[in-house]
This record gives sequence, structure tokens and C-alpha cells, in this order.
Amino acid sequence: MLKPTLHSGEFTYPEGTYFEAGYLTQKNAGWRTMRPVLDDAACIGCLQCYLHCPDGTIFETEDGKIGFDLDFCKGCGICVKACPKGAIAMKPEREAGQ
Amino acid sequence: MSVQFISGNDAFALGVLLAKPAVISAYPITPQTVVVERLSEYVADGLLAANFIHVESEHSALSCAIGASAAGVRTFTATSSQGLLYMAECLPYAAGGRFPIVMMNANRALALPWNIYGDQSDSLSQLSCGWIQAYAENAQEALDLALMAFRIAEDARVSVPFMVNLDGFHLTHTYEPVDVPEQELADKFLPEFQTDNKIDFDKPVNMAFSAGPGHNKQFRIAHHNAMLRAFDAIAEAEKDFADIFGRKYTGALDAYRTDDADFVLVTLGSVSGLARSVADELREEGIRAGVLRLRYIRPFPGKEIAAILNGKRAAVLEKDLAAGRGGAVFTEVASVTAAATLSAIGGLGGEDIPAAAIRGIFKTLADEPETEVLYL
Repeated sequence: MLKPTLHSGEFTYPEGTYFEAGYLTQKNAGWRTMRPVLDDAACIGCLQCYLHCPDGTIFETEDGKIGFDLDFCKGCGICVKACPKGAIAMKPEREAGQ
Repeated sequence: MSVQFISGNDAFALGVLLAKPAVISAYPITPQTVVVERLSEYVADGLLAANFIHVESEHSALSCAIGASAAGVRTFTATSSQGLLYMAECLPYAAGGRFPIVMMNANRALALPWNIYGDQSDSLSQLSCGWIQAYAENAQEALDLALMAFRIAEDARVSVPFMVNLDGFHLTHTYEPVDVPEQELADKFLPEFQTDNKIDFDKPVNMAFSAGPGHNKQFRIAHHNAMLRAFDAIAEAEKDFADIFGRKYTGALDAYRTDDADFVLVTLGSVSGLARSVADELREEGIRAGVLRLRYIRPFPGKEIAAILNGKRAAVLEKDLAAGRGGAVFTEVASVTAAATLSAIGGLGGEDIPAAAIRGIFKTLADEPETEVLYL
């Protein structure tokens, strides 16, 4: 999957609001309070979550499973509703590291 | 070269004709209307190979100009007063997008009370919108500024839109002899417009993009620095202008008898000539008076103003009154020097400023140093 490259460090800004095709973006997940967590065993790979994600942050990993781009997922939980098998749960961010 | 007896609006239109813009989008409004009429006639008569776009509003006029400039061509628009404010949403869009559009603004009072006559409330309300702002004193300077505006705005170091202000009626509708340059010389002064800030299928770029909290300031600071670099572009343009056309201009400021002056009147626009003649009269009476005309207020030549006014007492005469604060120009000047002690507000809604009133400003400055505000 093509994921956006974040400019940082030595990046040289263009003089005006124009430059060669690229991204000028920032991680925007700072407001997320809950994150999606997948139960791999329950997932059937139907990709309904991928189709419904409003921010395009769900992708298929190389081993055919589902991944979440947590740099850009805003934690809306639409994927939870879209999953026919109940394989995605929202987990509070403060517990995410546990 | 030919000398023609024409109005400020006519002179500016001729300057734009000589600059050969590819797109003109404008909506007529008193007292700017004549400029738009003349330019549309030039296009209709085949004198100017421009696309004249008739729009339904000033908001559309500037939106259209932004689109044209984004296509990489020289672009002109013109407005006044309520029209400028109707463009207000687009002003920082053009500026932040760094589109070097040139606009003529015929300075006119803002409503309410409704008024079609000249004062400077319109442009002075937009000092922070990111455009260069120059103020012409007479019809000749209006024509010359039309040419210089394109040159300075399009300078790669600058790339910022340029607003040339003409006092409504006092300048836009007053007839004067004006030296109209030959096209050949105008072409020599003003190179073809070239930019990378354009839609180009051979060299595609992202344009007019977003920049969030982590990136935004970089563009704001770059824009500010570009405005400051405009001082160099102005100086170089004026040097070439003098070499080619023989008329000399003095950068952001025009100082008259200020070197040994005790009292200086800071002005902008068409009233400056009268202020100079009053200063001459006062000199004959033994009062050392001078006049400092702001030709440009954005970028703001603060250090130069402070240096010229150092050790003197100064008043600022302007045709606007920012409710709850006072004169916008006085506020600017007083921010760089304690020499500016008196704010003179005159010419509101087009009221005449007679010589006696200007004399009164100098007298107040000399005899009543504690007076802070004078309503002419």
C-alpha cells in the first residue's frame, strides 16, 4: 500500500503554495481517544472495513490481514459497525500500550 | 512618447495597456469605472490582445483573476470601496497563493453613510491582507505605477499581488498632462511574465494547497519576507524606469524639505502636492516645514520613516478614521517613531482639504504640542 510520506527535518519549504507533486501533511490522529483493534481469528478478509473507512486508513497487509494506519485513523469506529463478524473493537488509547 | 491631457483613470488604463495583460476581469464601480471602460474599449478595438472577462461581482472579478494568474499569465483587475470589501475573502487567497495580480483601487469612502466620494478607508482597512499597497499622487505617477506594479509584483523575489491606489475623483477624475511612453520602451522595462506558480502539464505542481498547524507559519513567514524583499525590487525597478523613461521615483518614501525641518507632515496620495506648497509658504514665513509622502505603506518603510522624522515633530494627515482607534496611518507611523504626535483626519467622504486646513495642521503642531487629534 502507498502510504503518504511525512515531510520533516531538513525538508525545504517551497516559496509559495506550489511545489512538485507530493504531500504536505501531518499526522492528524492527535484527537483520537479510541483506536480500532482487530481480532485476527474472527476476520474473514471481506474488506468491508476498508470500503467504509472515511479516511482511507485501513489497508491489507502483506500476509493478507487487515492493518490500520494509526497516523491518520481518527477513531470514528465506522469499521466496527461495518464488520459483519464483529472482529473489530474500539479500545481506549490510554490502554493501547498495554 | 506623447503628452496627453487625460484623467488619472485614463492614465492608469494606458499604463495597463502598455503592460499588455492577457486577462482582465473587473466589475465597474464609481469612481473606478472609467478604467474598466477604457480597457474594454482597447480590447474591443483590437489594441489590446487580452481576454476581458465580464464578471457578475467583485468577488468573481478577483476569483477569476486568481484563476488566470494560476494559468501563468499577466492579470489585471480594478475596484473601489465596497467592491474592494466584496473582494476581501479573495484578497489573502491571492496574496497567500503568491499570485502577482495587479489591481487598481480607486479610493472611496465605505458605507454607511453611503458615499461615492474619495477617502482612503477602503484600502487602509485591508493593510493586513498581504498585498503590496502603493498610493499615486498624480496621473503621471498613476500611469508609471501601473507599469512598475507588474514589474515588482512579478519579480521572482517578490511574487505578491500589488494594489495601486488612486484617490477617488481627486485623482481618478482630474485631468492633467501625462507623458505616455512608447510601447517599445514599455516592453524594454517590463519583461514577459514568467512563473513556476502555474498550471503546466509539462511541469505539474500541486497548487494552492493546505498547510496545517505544523507547516502554516513557514508560508506566512516566507510571504512576509517576500514583502520585505519588495524594497529591493522597487529600487531596481525605479532605477531601470529612470534610465528608460527619464522619470525618477524615490522608493517607498518621497521626502520634501525634511532634512532641516522642525515640523513634518506625513501624507499619502493626491493631497501631497498641496501640502508641499503649504510647506513652501511656511518656509517663507520662517517656519521650517517639510512633507513626507508615503508612496508605499505595504511593505512599510518603518526604519526609513523613523530616520527621517528623528529629532522633528510630525503630524500624519490621512483620509480615514478607524473607529475605536483613530487614523490607521498615524497608528503605523507612531509605531516606529515618537516624533509623530499629531493625527490629522481629513477628507472623509470626499470633503475637500483646503490649503488653510493644512496650514492649520502645521500651526497646531508648532503651537499646541499637546494636541493629539485634529479633525479637519
